[in-house]
Amino acid sequence: MRAILFDVTKCAGCGSCMAACREKNGLPETSAEDLAAQQFTVVKTAAGKGGSELNYRRMCMHCVDPTCASVCPVGALHKTANGPVVYDPEICLGCRYCLQACPFGVPRYEWTSLAPRVRKCSFCADRLAEGKINACAEACPTGATLAGEREELLAEARSRLKAEPGKYVQRIYGEHDAGGTSVLYISPVDFSAIGLPENLPGEPLPLLTQAALSKIPAVVAAGGFLLAGLWWLTERKAEVVKAEGADR
Amino acid sequence: MRTVRHVFWRVAALAILAAGAYAAFVRFTSGIGAATNLSDRYPWGLWIGFDILCGVGLAAGGFAITTAVYILHMEHLRPVVRPTVLTAFLGYVLVVVALLFDLGRPWNIWRATVWWNPHSVMFEVAWCVMLYTTVLALEFSPVVFERLRWHTALKVVRAAVAPLVGLGFLLSTLHQSSLGSLYLILPTKLHPLWYSPVLPVLFWISAVGTGLAMVIFESGLSARAFGRELEFGLLRGISKVMALFLGMFLLVRFLDLGMRGSLGYAFVFSGAGSYEAWMFWLEAGTTATAVLLVLSSRIRGNPQGLFATSVLALCGFLLNRLNVSTTGLDRSSGVRYFPSWMEAAVTMSIVVIGVIAFRFAATHLPVFHTAGKHDNKEMETPAVSAYAEP
Repeated sequence: MRAILFDVTKCAGCGSCMAACREKNGLPETSAEDLAAQQFTVVKTAAGKGGSELNYRRMCMHCVDPTCASVCPVGALHKTANGPVVYDPEICLGCRYCLQACPFGVPRYEWTSLAPRVRKCSFCADRLAEGKINACAEACPTGATLAGEREELLAEARSRLKAEPGKYVQRIYGEHDAGGTSVLYISPVDFSAIGLPENLPGEPLPLLTQAALSKIPAVVAAGGFLLAGLWWLTERKAEVVKAEGADR
Repeated sequence: MRTVRHVFWRVAALAILAAGAYAAFVRFTSGIGAATNLSDRYPWGLWIGFDILCGVGLAAGGFAITTAVYILHMEHLRPVVRPTVLTAFLGYVLVVVALLFDLGRPWNIWRATVWWNPHSVMFEVAWCVMLYTTVLALEFSPVVFERLRWHTALKVVRAAVAPLVGLGFLLSTLHQSSLGSLYLILPTKLHPLWYSPVLPVLFWISAVGTGLAMVIFESGLSARAFGRELEFGLLRGISKVMALFLGMFLLVRFLDLGMRGSLGYAFVFSGAGSYEAWMFWLEAGTTATAVLLVLSSRIRGNPQGLFATSVLALCGFLLNRLNVSTTGLDRSSGVRYFPSWMEAAVTMSIVVIGVIAFRFAATHLPVFHTAGKHDNKEMETPAVSAYAEP
């Protein structure tokens, strides 16, 4: 499975990734300061250690077991085998359950379109299929955005944390969060300071609905038996009452 | 006096429909964003929270009453069946209409029948709603067949009524609870006063209670509008079962909050979190008041009192569903959502259309009484049934 490792300490905030993303996806330049329907990645600034300023990127996390794909009633979103979570507007109903459910608040919507699409990073699925790497990773001049196999990037991240323990928070964001993601972060500050939720469970969120949906067969079977039983019982009772009435 | 009130309601209905028509025009020519206060951070608003979550619950009387009559043989409830099934059927049709406003690509609505994602709660809800609306149409069809005097069709539907009602119960149980399951995937977004693993159970219980409250509410309205109402003794009996379900709802709600250690959030009366706490108590207090009023025999014994009780029960229900779908998500979204006037106009128009459709059907079809001579006998039996309330 392909992945991206983003090292906050290496980001210069140059915006090359944003420009490469715009070019690859044919998006216009926007004044939006956050992810937007026309902006699939964004570089932001946050307060670093000792009054310094640091830069970080946001983009779709490409979860290993994506919440958006699990909630979509028609499967318009799905996780491909090599990592990208991709979207097909042709079958999308526009229910926006994916926007509601994404724990990272990533998907954006074309609110003023009459054929609105869900908009987000596609992890350059088409480029990956051609054997290329993600456009943003290719454009990054400092190596802050690194593309590779997820296992290899996790190993790389671990060795960086170990090599300079004072420089990094000792945790790889996305290794287990919400069941793991294909976009991994290492950072000198708490991840909540760079907009990543710190309260996500270690298991994939779709398991929460699975727990309820898996009870359906039992509910139907038990309910069916119960109804049939009650129908028979009350029918019998009515007959008895009727018969007793006739006797009198 | 009566004509003044009559004119007032007509003018109000027309004004709402005109506003709704304008809002529909904006929605379908400039997009959802132009008509609503929805945004990327707040993707579901009034149309999901009220039109869908509340609409489906308010229509739950259909499966509760038909199950009581055709499965549990509670014959004395038979006069309630037709108005309730009519409400349910109209309710579900209007839910689908509302969905066409809310879906960004409504022309794709049929795709859930072909493109399946069984891991999605929304997929399950879509299928159940589709099938149950068909069941309701069949359950109501005898009323139309009677009017048209299609005796063969009548016989066929009557013969299938018990299995049909059973199927309706199962489908309703699944999707009424699943509307709650929709929110199970938001453990970090929905406020702990509303997020709970037992949301599906709570949604099912509150739907039954509310379905019964609607029976009482509607009978009161019908009495005022065209002098047709259900027998008072019957409504009093229904109010007790309603109170039982609402009481059960409160019990499960508080037990769940207590066991998960979230009850503390209800006692944050100032600062951050107080908005949620006050909304929680407004919701719980309204429902609890409805239960207490039913327990008072003085209020239960008086038609106005019973009607007021049903209104309170409905308000408590609406508050709970709107709290789950909006209040509980305000904090995590960072947006204090309030619907635009166009969202409200569409929702109110849908309610008005429902009232007009109900009125039309009740005037032209044998909803509150049987029309054909053939059926008079069937209707008389229940009155002397052993199950009739004293």
